Amino acid sequence: MKGNFIDNLPKVYGIYTGGFIGFIIIMAIAEQMGMTAKAIGIAFVAFTVFIYALIGWLSRTAQADAYYVAGRQVPTVFNGMATAADWMSGASFVAMAGGIYFKGYGYMALLVGWTGGYVLVASLLAPYLRKFGCYTVPDFIGTRYGGNLARFSAVVVLTVASFTYVTAQINATGTIASVALDIPFQYAVYVGLVSILLCSMLGGMRGVTWTQVAQYIVLIIAYLLPVFWISNKMGAGFFPHFMLADEVARIGELEQQFGFVKNAAADLKSVPKGLAGITKAHSAVNATPWAFISLALAMMMGTASLPHVMMRYFTTPSVKAARKSVGWSLFFIFLLYSSAPMLATLSKLSLIDPNLPTGIIGKTFAEVEAIDWYQNWNQANLMFISDFNGNGTLELNEFFMGGKAVVLATPEIAGLPYVISGLVAAGGMAAAMSTADGLILAIANAISHDVYYKIIDPKAETAKRLLVARVLLVIIGFAGATIAAMEIQGILGSVIWAFDFAMSGLFFPLVLGVWWKRANRQGAIAGMLGGLIAGAWYLVWVRTGGSGFLGITQLTFGIFGSAVSLVLMVIVSLMTAEPDKATQKMVDDVRVPSGKSILGKSH
Amino acid sequence: MSNQQKHWEKTRGLLFITLAIWFVFSIGIFLFGAEMNEVTGPFGYPWTYWFTCQGSLGAFVILIFWFANRQEKIDEEFGFSEREDE
Repeated sequence: MKGNFIDNLPKVYGIYTGGFIGFIIIMAIAEQMGMTAKAIGIAFVAFTVFIYALIGWLSRTAQADAYYVAGRQVPTVFNGMATAADWMSGASFVAMAGGIYFKGYGYMALLVGWTGGYVLVASLLAPYLRKFGCYTVPDFIGTRYGGNLARFSAVVVLTVASFTYVTAQINATGTIASVALDIPFQYAVYVGLVSILLCSMLGGMRGVTWTQVAQYIVLIIAYLLPVFWISNKMGAGFFPHFMLADEVARIGELEQQFGFVKNAAADLKSVPKGLAGITKAHSAVNATPWAFISLALAMMMGTASLPHVMMRYFTTPSVKAARKSVGWSLFFIFLLYSSAPMLATLSKLSLIDPNLPTGIIGKTFAEVEAIDWYQNWNQANLMFISDFNGNGTLELNEFFMGGKAVVLATPEIAGLPYVISGLVAAGGMAAAMSTADGLILAIANAISHDVYYKIIDPKAETAKRLLVARVLLVIIGFAGATIAAMEIQGILGSVIWAFDFAMSGLFFPLVLGVWWKRANRQGAIAGMLGGLIAGAWYLVWVRTGGSGFLGITQLTFGIFGSAVSLVLMVIVSLMTAEPDKATQKMVDDVRVPSGKSILGKSH
Repeated sequence: MSNQQKHWEKTRGLLFITLAIWFVFSIGIFLFGAEMNEVTGPFGYPWTYWFTCQGSLGAFVILIFWFANRQEKIDEEFGFSEREDE
């Protein structure tokens, strides 16, 4: 089955895609025949999650290299799709268009940052780490620098960053499950968690790989179909990406006409937590260059330090394939990212343009309150209007929406059939699940492989190692869900923090491990721990009223953390003895693609 | 200089070129974001807006594939590319 399965991948996923489109059509017909919106939502989420669980079960394995690196036989293009799903989380799918909708240009730094980082991944790291032959990122640190303390420090940084990230993803699955299945958020979080674990428990990396490919297909259809449909329905253009210039300009015009009225603090108190109004221009450059560039830079360096992304490139058959695979990953990500600003544009225009039938600005409050979709989303606490100036008509500054609602509610607002909303819910679920799976697996693998097997019990049998890995998977998942249920920080905010933590502790120890032979153990440990502590300190300082410096905010604290990490690493390395001959030889071997990998096939 | 040193020299050269192009599209053009946004660019979008939504992103995709091909050439030139049976 195995070799056969790899050869048949295009066919298998071709049939799968056809089947999914068939399912959408059946749902559309069912809607016409009177199936309720609620039932359609449940059907979409339940059907897709069932398919992922099925793939997870079919991929079950008892071999270490299948569990940790999917047997290193994932073809380039498919690994690209899996990475794209792994990468694009609830933040990309659900929250990013919302961020752009509210904040315009300033938040578009995320588009540049979350794509540009792949250039660093391809040129600085991925091919070399693939050559190394490691199972996890700390595996590389532990072998390159030597010693349990270096390995353990890497596990600490990985856990802090990935755990921050995963709570946001479980939060996103919970939100979608609670809306689609109509159950309270506290329970929905655990429904989301069980779906996530079904994909990764039995098959480890192999299971996650093949479900991520399936999830990518669902999420990209779910994102692009509404964008094209809305654009055509509004008459904005047949191919929105190339044809929305007039709409972008029109938003600018309307913004001038309405003006950005600042609400009084007392008025804003009545707005439910987490909802926001439009306060920044859509396409005008309103951020200082440094604010934009620092956010983009932090996200790029964070991308190149996040272990759950890096470990996807351990699964390719060769170094050459790893490099190409990064290109394919970014291509598949590009398809969604280049559409996010278009969706934000269409969504905003359809709401605020009084000339469009869907526009609500300028209508009376009674009219807006009578609209079906307004009632639904108001009930879900994601939309809110209030007549601050008492003139009876809705103004731009009197309309508030949750960031998640921009993607989830736009199809409904634009008057698309409910089947599209169901599809979007399934897409958001796929995006959040695939990332959560990658993250939980990264943490559990690091602890089971690097802490348990490499440090505590190096003689453990494969069966026992994999059992430990699976138990950890469940524990970490539940811990994540418990914290997610508390809702400490929004989805987008937590994700950005995760990038900052990762770059603070791991960027320079990883990069210099390949590119600077002189880097040694003491330097790496100082760099990892010093960077992480400095970054965390800066975050706490700014959060508790500190003024910060150099324009570094709580969203870009990784710039400070990684700078400290670099300085410490260089100074400490130079003050201590250079790495031994064997280590230098190892670095030389990593730098060429040919020859055996540094670590054996099953280590 | 040994074969391997020459290979690494060239690899490093390619890295610097790649990072220079990356810098232009991820940081360089946004230094002039406000000025460039006054000018109409591709498909009628303002230049900075277009780069942020599509231009830079597309440039990164092309850059990575270009880089991968160049690196493969370098590996072949010095006889370090992987054999199929490895």
